[in-house]
Amino acid sequence: MRFIISRFVQYVLVVFCGITAVFFIPRLTGQDPVLEIIAQIQAQGASLDPTAVQSLMETLKELYGLKGSLLQQYFTMWRRVFTLDFGPSLFQFPTPVAQLLRIYLPWTIGLFVTSTILSWVLGNIIGGFAGYFSGKPWSRILDAIVMVIRPIPQYIFGVVLLILFAYLWPIFPVRGPSIGRGMIINLSFILAILRASFLPALTLVILGGAVWFQQMKLLVQNVKREDFVEYARIGGVKGWRIVFRYVLKNAMLPQVTQLALALGQVFSGVLIVEMIFSYPGIGLLLYRGVTRGDYNLVMGITVLSILTVATATFLLDLFYPLLDPRIRHR
Amino acid sequence: MEALRELFRDYRFAVGFVIFLFLVALAFLSFASPYDPIRQLQVPRDQPPSRAHILGTNSRGQDVFWQATFAIRNSLIIALIAGLVSRVVAILVGFVAGYRGGTLDRVLMGLADGLLVIPLFLILVMVAMLLRGSMTLVNTGLLLAFFGWAWDARAIRSQILSLREREFTKTCVLSGHGIMSLILREYLPFTAPLILSTLINNIAWAISMEIVLAILGLVRLEIPTLGTMLQWAITYQAMLLGQWWWISTPIVLTIFLLVALYWLSVSISEYLDPRMRIQRIGAQS
Repeated sequence: MRFIISRFVQYVLVVFCGITAVFFIPRLTGQDPVLEIIAQIQAQGASLDPTAVQSLMETLKELYGLKGSLLQQYFTMWRRVFTLDFGPSLFQFPTPVAQLLRIYLPWTIGLFVTSTILSWVLGNIIGGFAGYFSGKPWSRILDAIVMVIRPIPQYIFGVVLLILFAYLWPIFPVRGPSIGRGMIINLSFILAILRASFLPALTLVILGGAVWFQQMKLLVQNVKREDFVEYARIGGVKGWRIVFRYVLKNAMLPQVTQLALALGQVFSGVLIVEMIFSYPGIGLLLYRGVTRGDYNLVMGITVLSILTVATATFLLDLFYPLLDPRIRHR
Repeated sequence: MEALRELFRDYRFAVGFVIFLFLVALAFLSFASPYDPIRQLQVPRDQPPSRAHILGTNSRGQDVFWQATFAIRNSLIIALIAGLVSRVVAILVGFVAGYRGGTLDRVLMGLADGLLVIPLFLILVMVAMLLRGSMTLVNTGLLLAFFGWAWDARAIRSQILSLREREFTKTCVLSGHGIMSLILREYLPFTAPLILSTLINNIAWAISMEIVLAILGLVRLEIPTLGTMLQWAITYQAMLLGQWWWISTPIVLTIFLLVALYWLSVSISEYLDPRMRIQRIGAQS
């Protein structure tokens, strides 16, 4: 119980610091999004008289939550976070940002959860075996392949897969599924989703898996030389049992902690991959919001992402005692 | 010199070093370019590779090969600014937090952890969005530097923590040397290899981050970098039109550059880790 409370306090602190950072960092740049929008409008050739500019500025400040003193703005920000109301989106005016997020977020969460679990499990198991049998040729070949794949950034890897499997050998669609409000859930629709999600998920699983593979391989190579493994072998425990029960299980624990630390980066990766494949998630929304200068939308996405990542880390932390008996007994 | 010779015995270091040198040479070749990097319509458009244009030309009327030399140069400049400036911050934070300890340590590490947990990429995008008009090479580098120090400050701090407990620290302090001389003469040489390997990783991170910012249109698109080159190729549908020479040039160059940097960094950090070193020597004998 004390464990849960301390983790919860940590969770609240992370969210608090993250959102405060989102509030202050853009203000450090000294740029005013309101003036920028007005400059854009004027650059497009619209002539505005001073009173119109004045009232436009007032409205935009209201929309962006930039009214009043810094402290008032800060409280406005928190009210927006709690009510999840980020005002209207500018590029799909007057749809509220909250509604856009509600449509796109489930897609991102689906991709995020599936690809993270898959890459973690596959990377760790394959890495574990490669570490245990590190002298075998297949382990060395795998290691060499990972050495090349690992440093490639998500964006580049995604574009390469897109060129290979959507243009040169078109077995996957170039664009993601289009989503609307009246979606009919039937078999062909689910198949379309799977087909459209395959390449984004593949990018994330291969690149993410490569990281877990390498870390696990190193861990297992060290655990393998521990005394208890030696005793088990001398005691006649079967090979497979040693790998799974003795070596993998012990090396898995630090990997759970590593996963909790890496979730922020993993989530960023999901957003980047969504942009390449036009997968209808928060990342695609971010791309559209940024290219059209939709400040409210980008703000909403950032806040929501911080909440998502912090919540995911918190849930993972709650799950941890189930794996590690040392914490469970405390 | 001895260290360098031993590093070159590792094939990954040797290969990475050669590829990296080759790419740097390409970057320097940009100074001899017959074309202006920014102007459009200087050569016939959409030409496949030929004798006159080894890597063909793009839809904007630029020579892809010479454009690529500028792109590598500019990407390396951004990454170097980001890497070096964030090294200064990381070293300062790491040394102060590690040496002083106490409340200051907790505050600084809390700040670093805060930066690590939140999806940094989004905050980077938000700031870049506000600064859009002024994202020149230097500013992009500085922006990336502002967010790129947290992880490495942590690594440097933990090494300082262990150095502080060693015998020579006490000897040095008791024999009347100032803190500055202790840090510069004793700690810096110890941490130099770690700093070098974090620098390489940070450069790789900055290069890939710049690509994403360019794809979002958040840097000055007329300045050729690996990111903006790819962004133009995608905007002009080079994939669909089958202009493979245009779209694959930045992709292949980026992959080579990042793989080379990664191999260098892995090789250096394995060289630093005594356990791995024993394994390697054991494997050779």
